[in-house]
Amino acid sequence: MDLQAIRADFPILADERYVYFDNAATSQRPRQVLEAIDNFYRTTNANPLRGLYEWSIGATEAYEKARSRVARFLNAERDEEIIFTRNATESLNLVAYTWAMANVNEGDEIVISIMEHHSNILPWQMVAKKKGAVLKFLEYDEKFNFSDEELKKITDKTKLVAMTYVSNVLGVTNPVKKVAELAHKVGAVMVVDGAQSTPHKKVDVQDLDADFYAFSGHKMLGPMGIGALYGKRELLDAMPPFLTGGEMIETVTREGATYAELPHKFEAGTVNAGDAVGLAAAIDYLEDIGFDFIVNQENRLSKLCLEAMRDLPYITLYGPLETGRHSGIVTFNIEGCHPHDVSSVLDSEHICIRAGHHCAQPLLQYIGVNATARASMYFYNTDEEVERFVESLKKVRGWLGFE
Amino acid sequence: MDLKQIYREIVNEHNLHPEHKRDLANPTYVLQGVNPTCGDDVNIQVELDENGVITDASFSGAGCAVSQASSDIMIDQIIGKNKEEALQFIETFMEMVHGTASEEEIESLDEAAALSDVAHMPARAKCATLAWHTMEKILKGEE
Ligand SMILES: Cc1ncc(COP(=O)(O)O)c(C=O)c1O
Repeated sequence: MDLQAIRADFPILADERYVYFDNAATSQRPRQVLEAIDNFYRTTNANPLRGLYEWSIGATEAYEKARSRVARFLNAERDEEIIFTRNATESLNLVAYTWAMANVNEGDEIVISIMEHHSNILPWQMVAKKKGAVLKFLEYDEKFNFSDEELKKITDKTKLVAMTYVSNVLGVTNPVKKVAELAHKVGAVMVVDGAQSTPHKKVDVQDLDADFYAFSGHKMLGPMGIGALYGKRELLDAMPPFLTGGEMIETVTREGATYAELPHKFEAGTVNAGDAVGLAAAIDYLEDIGFDFIVNQENRLSKLCLEAMRDLPYITLYGPLETGRHSGIVTFNIEGCHPHDVSSVLDSEHICIRAGHHCAQPLLQYIGVNATARASMYFYNTDEEVERFVESLKKVRGWLGFE
Repeated sequence: MDLKQIYREIVNEHNLHPEHKRDLANPTYVLQGVNPTCGDDVNIQVELDENGVITDASFSGAGCAVSQASSDIMIDQIIGKNKEEALQFIETFMEMVHGTASEEEIESLDEAAALSDVAHMPARAKCATLAWHTMEKILKGEE
């Protein structure tokens, strides 16, 4: 695979002054995605699912084709198991407000991990508070694994387990398949936060046996404002709707309504067909490149970056020693320097990295730091960019007045 | 001014060798300010005499160089002012940040005027103003 040819697909990467290493926050988009969205609005735009004329039917078809594409991508059994949402956050909230509010009761337990993004913590805190349930955290050991002992926190009282497949701070991949098995043994449902895994690895929701799987399009070359929730059909069927209004009903009378079939029951209001089409194009692009290439390239870059940073005595790295466990995510601190200052001075070199708590404050408290810097690479990043980044890192302490 | 120059000429010195980073023995007021976007906090301590004059002040807490330097500079200039003068001084600083202060007013800010460029960086304005907002809350709450 020719990396320069890949980069040429991304208009924003043409400006070589910039090194974009904040891919875990949001990726860049190739022209194929931009063109698919543009083409939708230029040629097929009408309100999907409503009109009885050609354009509206075309918009509906484009939208449903995108759903089908997502279903195939995640290996869902059926198309209607894919609910389009705005992002992973909305997908997780959907599960919390519908399934969890209906099924979690006083004294029940919800188990999540300590490395969750706030999006996979706050919805469960809300359910636990409203329902009088207990929220428990699984803590990882010094090798970034969850011990069998720790996993015993999943008990007969557990109704729901939620875990991120890939951590947005440590980069590690969690054993969600094994955890799903443990959850199912005690009759709990398994919610997988796929925001960071979907961009980086082939996902098979049936193999994982996830009951729910949430992700965002914008972290995997798709547009902002579109994401999806996968849910097993039996569960989705039995759940009350999340939002109510147009397009999610069968009939409405003055007294009440009966709801539409899946997936429309969960897609109230005019849907985001243009971005769904963009997401489908992003999936096409990723599969054309192939996850073998993506994983290889990310691991190569992680190795190059981590090994160079390990030689710098004033740098603390967070996350596993094994360079193949990072999914392109390198989280670090520079002795004496606040990550905000690090990010600001790197910005003046046109190097884009993230600094702060990465929406994972309980994890940072567990690690014992207030904030960190994070460089996150994707398959279109290059060795030269890693080298530029490392060379600039070496100067940061000097710029901040240390000598 | 280029960012690295701002650090070199203003921020680094106050960050690495802050004059007012310590705890007061008998503070009249203590207030913690938190920057919600990063979780950084600054703890401002003030000692007022019976005439409302700030006889001593200090700061502590974890933060970036910009917020630490900004705290140090503010406190340095606010000691010795009475409440009204201090509030006026803070208001002028905020006006500079919002781009509505006149050149004369900016000059009256003395060393704090040097923070103008950082305060205008969208990503760092909150770091630069955290201590000022916190001090303002203390002085207003006292009225
Ligand atoms: C692990 C993880 N979960 C959830 C999210 C939330 O994604 P979004 O903001 O697109 O809803 C993110 C994004 O930062 C993430 O990294």
